[in-house]
Amino acid sequence: MVRLLLSGDRPQSVLLGALLLTILVCLAFAPFLFPGTRSLETAARICIFIVLVASYDLLLGYAGIVSFAHTMFFGMGAYGVAIATQRMGTGYDALAVGTAAGAGLAAVFAFLIALFSLRVRAIFFAMITLAVASAVAVLVSQLSAITGGEDGMNIRIPRELTPAFRPFDGPVLGLNVNGRVLNYYLVFVSCLVLFLLMLRIVNSPFGRVLQAIRENAFRAEAIGYRVVFYRAAATVISAVVASLAGAIFAIWLRYVGPATTLGVEIMLDILLIVVIGGMGTMYGAVVGTAAFVLAQNYLRDWMGGASEATSFLPLVPDLLNPDRWLMWLGILFILSVYFFPTGMVGRLRGVR
Amino acid sequence: MTGPSLETRDLTVRFGGHVAVDHVSAAFHPGELTAIVGPNGAGKTTWFNLISGQIPASGGKVLLKGEDITRLSVAARTDRGIGRAFQLTNLFPKLTVLENVRLVIQARARRGFNMWTVAMGHRDMIEAAERILERVRLQHLANQPVNTLPHGDQRKLEVATLIAMQPEVFMFDEPTAGLSLDEAPVILELIAEIKRDPGATVLLVEHKMDVIRSLADRIIVLHNGALVADGPPAEVMASAVVKEAYLGGELEDV
Repeated sequence: MVRLLLSGDRPQSVLLGALLLTILVCLAFAPFLFPGTRSLETAARICIFIVLVASYDLLLGYAGIVSFAHTMFFGMGAYGVAIATQRMGTGYDALAVGTAAGAGLAAVFAFLIALFSLRVRAIFFAMITLAVASAVAVLVSQLSAITGGEDGMNIRIPRELTPAFRPFDGPVLGLNVNGRVLNYYLVFVSCLVLFLLMLRIVNSPFGRVLQAIRENAFRAEAIGYRVVFYRAAATVISAVVASLAGAIFAIWLRYVGPATTLGVEIMLDILLIVVIGGMGTMYGAVVGTAAFVLAQNYLRDWMGGASEATSFLPLVPDLLNPDRWLMWLGILFILSVYFFPTGMVGRLRGVR
Repeated sequence: MTGPSLETRDLTVRFGGHVAVDHVSAAFHPGELTAIVGPNGAGKTTWFNLISGQIPASGGKVLLKGEDITRLSVAARTDRGIGRAFQLTNLFPKLTVLENVRLVIQARARRGFNMWTVAMGHRDMIEAAERILERVRLQHLANQPVNTLPHGDQRKLEVATLIAMQPEVFMFDEPTAGLSLDEAPVILELIAEIKRDPGATVLLVEHKMDVIRSLADRIIVLHNGALVADGPPAEVMASAVVKEAYLGGELEDV
């Protein structure tokens, strides 16, 4: 059963398996294990970014295609939901229509970009994606009548998914279950399904062709695979999954804006996480995202604590000042790339 | 005999002002092994590239069983029965030996766009790949990444992938280049085995005269991009034009 769900892609390391299981359990029971708004926000963000990063890994790590338009597809899903709820009113039908419209738009854009640029050099594709993504980001911030411009849009979601909704009279397992918790489980289950789906795709005959193309495109063509079609298909799949992650993100946040979905920072985060986690291993997206999002959200707190604890020493408290968190994140990144060139997953599989 | 399996008609390619392959016409029949010889730069590999589609032709036609394939992509030609082994070893270096063969079988089975099943769940493809590895005696290395293999074994694997393609036309471009004296016979034995199949058309670019003598039914000589001789080995080797083309002792009479 587990084998079937994981598509035969075993973690190949006891340590990695244990780590993945821990992350799964923590995310599955997050509302009960870590009560509080902020930790639930973090858990939901981890779920969504696992899917977003894994969909990027499908493109970069498996097919060997460099794209800078991944946040654009992420944004299409998020804006699809926002615009649909604004036009159609609050309701599940609006969420479904918005998600489908965002995914459809992402598929069309991905297909066109792939068709026009994947036939030629890889660097050309990367540049086209960068240009299209920047153009779309500018368009979104300018067309304020449709997209809300720089301010973004608030999204009204059905009451069952908001904190105001209380399905049970008393607490369940010591937790007052409200609509927010239900919303979290919507996020968790959708992300789990999407992740397992991608795990299946990369281990399918199609996924094997992608890896072959990454290794030697000339050879892949010579043994009978039309490389351009496979690359286009990978681009479309990756874009659609990213847009679905965007839709889930919008429903969870109840807000969408250029900075939260289309920003260059998010694209950089995705790239960093793929490298830290380990390219070409779906599990890298899981451990990389968990480590990165936790560091991003809690590094400042930990540093504040460490700074106070070391206040009797010279210089050290200043270095550990929470304002320096970005520097430490940078140092952690450099160290991880230096010591784990194959990512966390590669490293963990290496030790057995 | 039925019509030719492969034919090139006035096949030409120009790079700028240089004519690398100059109106070459030849027809090949099943059950025949043709050796293609000529000095370096004669256009042998370029002619191969035009046939298998890596380079588009400037003029002329390539016909496979009478069908014009001149404008088709490399993958489409492979799908129709053109199989090619390259001069420089050309494999998937980080994938395993088995996977290199399995991918060829998967391409033939047209399962490349199957996204819903687990690749390693298709026992039939794995078993077919294992059978071919046994044939070239590489089964003990099935799970090794290709880049850990010695050069001789990589050449063997390249032949194995060609066998896995089950093509109509087998094209070998100097299959024994860079091999030691005890490695080359294994490859040549495999080519001889392929030749015994009456349905196989074999094209072989080769420099070594002993290889040509033992395997070839026919020799084609290219010189400066043009076909200068075509006929049975004894006849071609005796002709004056060949001796002229090879002035400088290109043929390695080992």
